[in-house]
Amino acid sequence: MPTSLVSGNSLLAIDVGASNTRAVMFDVIEGEYRFVASGVAPSTAEAPFKDVSEGARDAIANLQRILGKTLLDANRDLIIPSQANGSGVDALVVTLSAGPAIKTVVLGLLKDVSLDSARRLTESTYARISDTISLNDARKSDQQIDSLLRIRPDLLIIAGGTDGGASRSIQKLLEPVGLASYLMPKDKRPTVLYAGNEKMQAEVKSLVSAHIPALHFSPNIRPSLETEDTDPAERELAQIIINLRKKQLKGVDTLNTWSGGHMLPTAYATGRMVRFLSKVYGSQKGLLSVDLGASAVTIAAGFKDRSILKVLPQFGIGENLSALLNHTTLEDILRWSPLDISTGVLRDYLFHKSLYPSAIAATKEDFAIAQAVAREALYLAMQTARRDFPQNIRKIKPTLVPLFDPILAGGSALSDASRPGQGLLLLLDSIQPVGVTTVILDQNNLLPLLGAAASQNNILPVQVLDTGAFLSAGTVVSPVVSAKYGASILRAKLVYENGVEAQVDLKYGSLETLPLAIGETGKLTVQCLHGADIGFGPGRGGILPVSGGALGVVFDGRGRPLDLPSDPVRRREILKKWNWTLGGG
Amino acid sequence: MQAPVHHVIGLTSIIRERLLPVPGTVNARVQQKVGANDIVAEARWSHEHVLLDVARLLNVSPAAADRLIKCQVDDQVAASAEIAVGKGLFPRTVHTPRDGRVVAVGGGQVLLEVGESKIELRAGIPGTVIQTIPNQGVIIQTTGGLVQGVWGNGRIDSGLMVNLAETPDSVLTVGRLDVSLRGSILLAGIVKDAETLQAAGDLPVRGLIISSIFPSLIPKAREMRYPIMVTDGFGALPMNSAAHKLLATNAKREVTVNAEAFDRYTGARPEVIIPLPISSEPAAPHEMENFAPGLQVRLRRPPAMGTIGSIVNVLPGLTTLPSGLRAPAAEVKLENGETVVAPLVNLEVVG
Repeated sequence: MPTSLVSGNSLLAIDVGASNTRAVMFDVIEGEYRFVASGVAPSTAEAPFKDVSEGARDAIANLQRILGKTLLDANRDLIIPSQANGSGVDALVVTLSAGPAIKTVVLGLLKDVSLDSARRLTESTYARISDTISLNDARKSDQQIDSLLRIRPDLLIIAGGTDGGASRSIQKLLEPVGLASYLMPKDKRPTVLYAGNEKMQAEVKSLVSAHIPALHFSPNIRPSLETEDTDPAERELAQIIINLRKKQLKGVDTLNTWSGGHMLPTAYATGRMVRFLSKVYGSQKGLLSVDLGASAVTIAAGFKDRSILKVLPQFGIGENLSALLNHTTLEDILRWSPLDISTGVLRDYLFHKSLYPSAIAATKEDFAIAQAVAREALYLAMQTARRDFPQNIRKIKPTLVPLFDPILAGGSALSDASRPGQGLLLLLDSIQPVGVTTVILDQNNLLPLLGAAASQNNILPVQVLDTGAFLSAGTVVSPVVSAKYGASILRAKLVYENGVEAQVDLKYGSLETLPLAIGETGKLTVQCLHGADIGFGPGRGGILPVSGGALGVVFDGRGRPLDLPSDPVRRREILKKWNWTLGGG
Repeated sequence: MQAPVHHVIGLTSIIRERLLPVPGTVNARVQQKVGANDIVAEARWSHEHVLLDVARLLNVSPAAADRLIKCQVDDQVAASAEIAVGKGLFPRTVHTPRDGRVVAVGGGQVLLEVGESKIELRAGIPGTVIQTIPNQGVIIQTTGGLVQGVWGNGRIDSGLMVNLAETPDSVLTVGRLDVSLRGSILLAGIVKDAETLQAAGDLPVRGLIISSIFPSLIPKAREMRYPIMVTDGFGALPMNSAAHKLLATNAKREVTVNAEAFDRYTGARPEVIIPLPISSEPAAPHEMENFAPGLQVRLRRPPAMGTIGSIVNVLPGLTTLPSGLRAPAAEVKLENGETVVAPLVNLEVVG
């Protein structure tokens, strides 16, 4: 009988999303923390409720029905800590992604230096940059004031100056901020995060604090021209976002009180977990997490000495969907559809779905459109996030994504994929991973909750990760090669634990699978042809251990970057074939 | 599971907040009867500011400039007014470039508010002021029919409603518009081209209530000076039968079209209000219902998108849909007699 390493406290985690609110119970079973069950309810940030705690109470009520345990009292308040009669929970953590994008103006001294760093910092949370102001700005101060008054930002992020460097320029940058805030009604004045020259903090305080109700400081995100460190500022920003949400959304305060202040923006909690995992399981490759949600696409990548967190509301597949066409074309979205759908139908879909973000696809045609849109949104998000990946990371080709292992994926679009093969194919199409990688589906969207739980209980995330709460879709081998369609590019032999062998001859342009069940392992011998590269160098194969998954071992020989046939009929046929190969139906 | 409600109601009590975008003066008083076009509050608002760097212009320190500045906060200044004079035999002077109001003085600088304009907030709906909100606006109560929409171009107006949509799937074309419709609010169907929107504006009409609009026409619709409310969605969707019936039967009545943009967080929606006389105060509309057999619902997504039906049965547990997804669902009997299965999240109660 295993010995418990933990004190046995139950932990409830609530994720308040734009469409759904989930209540997830973790508890100690046989001496280890496990994911026990989850209850889901529609989110209630929007009218007519306008109170996020209502959706949380509904989700908890659904969870207590599943568990057969009382969690809410007669007033529908959470029972915390747990009582002698077994009701309630010992601890609560909350993650929050619901709410409109935070209107943000970014200020930096130089466009390509501090302003760029401030932009990256802003993109680590649920913010939309409405304007940027820098010394390169051709506008006069009064025009900048007018812009700030017109936008009425929720948040200003100010960066600039190496530590001990420029001070006059910072004063000049602050001039329109102070004057515009002075002219705004007191309750509309923005929160300010100053993340510039640390020597200037006292002066910044004296210059603008009279008209800024919430002035926050973080260590300089650009302490020198060559160095960027946004981590401490991201931590401060996470707290600022929760404070802003308390003002914007009723019920956030209630949940924050229940959780004893253990509330984080969902994306920040995901980033924290990715940082943790990339340190614990650190390999030569990076670790990638993608979350395709209604409010935003969140991409978190952990590398050996750096992590990247990108929150991209412009690619969220909910209320922002009608604006997706600012970043792509109808034709580019439809290239992913296995059904013949007109551009008009797709355009109408995008506008309708933005009216009703929580609506789901009930028909086959609607599902095909939803999946095509999700592919394009994630593809664009990856292309955007890649620009900020570190330069010194392992890549097979500079133009392709870096080597990642594993890839963790969650979010409403993947939860909507009714079969694991559909979810896996969506990820392979949009991320286009290279080399050998394990793809893990976070079907219960646990990753951010574990990131938030880590602040309460650092054993819990480690143990839950090891207990099969996530679904391994399989090990994917994606060679990078230039070959003719139909040419053999890779031969592989899988030796199972019982000694049985299975082989595959991968042709360029095709997908193949070898079964390897969840929990099983095997040895994969790979022979690369035509100079195919799976991360060992061109033409070099090898023997590698592989672990099983819902789809076993998947060989993606479709080339990188993925080049779809231009003929629409042929393209749709091939998309259907790939879908069938991975059991997507 | 609770269901959102999309209001299409023949007679109800309607309470609406009307607020200025910036602080101003409220003209109306509690219990005052107001017409749709009555001004209930007004404010002055400047879009532009001018920052005069007196210290730099006079080539003195900020502290010295502060001593030379002659104006104070809240002073109204005319264009070319002298606001600071330097020292010496040939002193430089600083003049205001435009008429304006001084809003800040200090640090050797003067900030002027220029280009002031007046904002007049109209009641929007005829009714009774039941509350005033100091410096911001009023809350008005009225009774009548209410039809909510899904998209609006942000404008508001009132007028006589003329029905040009004989059927819910009528298409409004330039050919249907003539001078007899000037000053009317048109109940129309689908709009497929920008010329029709422009022609309606050229008449001009006072408003347009349409079932659907092509997404490519949205920028043009936003440009129009008259309110445009879309009842059902984008593309070529016919008007849902409940809205069409209610609006068509109230043709030739005075109505208000408040084509306010849909805001999911505040609950603001575009709407048509049809003021009606009453003998007793009707109930306020419900904002939420529980899904149950007999409820009238509208389908938000295919199958049968936009159509009205009634719930026959809320199915237990999860139902596998033709898409392969599993979700809580209901059987819905459509008006044409056909029964479809739809996920609950794709339904909204009409009433």
